Amino acid sequence: MAEQADFAEEAMQYAPQLYSAALRMTRNRADAEDLVQETYLKGYRSFHTFTEGTNLRAWLFRILTNTYINTYRAKQRRPDESDLGEIEELYLYKNLSTVQDAAIGRSAEESLMTMLPDDEVKQALEALPDNFRLPVILADVDGFAYKEIAEMLEIPIGTVMSRLHRGRKAMQKMLHDYALKRGLVTAEKAGTAGGSSGRE
Amino acid sequence: MTEARIPDCSETLKELERFLDDELSAHQRDAVRHHLDGCMDCLGAFDFHAELKAVVTAKCNNDEMPPDLLSKIERCFGVDFDSDGIIG
Repeated sequence: MAEQADFAEEAMQYAPQLYSAALRMTRNRADAEDLVQETYLKGYRSFHTFTEGTNLRAWLFRILTNTYINTYRAKQRRPDESDLGEIEELYLYKNLSTVQDAAIGRSAEESLMTMLPDDEVKQALEALPDNFRLPVILADVDGFAYKEIAEMLEIPIGTVMSRLHRGRKAMQKMLHDYALKRGLVTAEKAGTAGGSSGRE
Repeated sequence: MTEARIPDCSETLKELERFLDDELSAHQRDAVRHHLDGCMDCLGAFDFHAELKAVVTAKCNNDEMPPDLLSKIERCFGVDFDSDGIIG
């Protein structure tokens, strides 16, 4: 049994990661702060149920995710099921790699890390509907395994995989749209992307 | 000992996400690697998506916490909020 007195010492190190995840979930600082506080308070109160030697980080993220789903998601009243529409496979790769050597595209040397601004990557993730955003946050931002994500979200592993797949593609399309707006990619190239661009 | 069949491009690309998410068995990983060793097209796609995933990880996880958040949380520990005799 985990001792409550040890909770702060063991758990506080995860606060920055929990805060970033909370911010991607709630999309605003005040709610993110409340969500992290609530997560720690719940964790503190139920720390006796935590099995020592198991993954404390995953345990805290599970509380965070549950709390978000049960309180904040209800508050936002977003449609539960959302259709992202059809987006072609390898969307961003196909639409960026062909303009690599052009002045408007990325040079062979320029990495995606320098090419994609922080704000646009965050925006693209935060624009995803909840059903897709949560799996992408848990997998890509926080590196959890499909099985862990399935347990946190209480959905089958197959559903985790399909939502990740579709969520990631939708993110890629948004990143491409942002790059287009900044003039990084030629509009002509965007025309070949196919699929609908009417997503709001 | 049987040599595993090398998957083709479409079979390999189908495993792209599970490969990058480290969700394949050792056997499946080897098969994908085997294909990538001889296919620059698929290797390019895999590299791109590995880089993109690293970008998302780095850029969505760098928010500065409100300066008083930690102390606010720690102040809650040890307080019996609802006077039920239980801390928290």
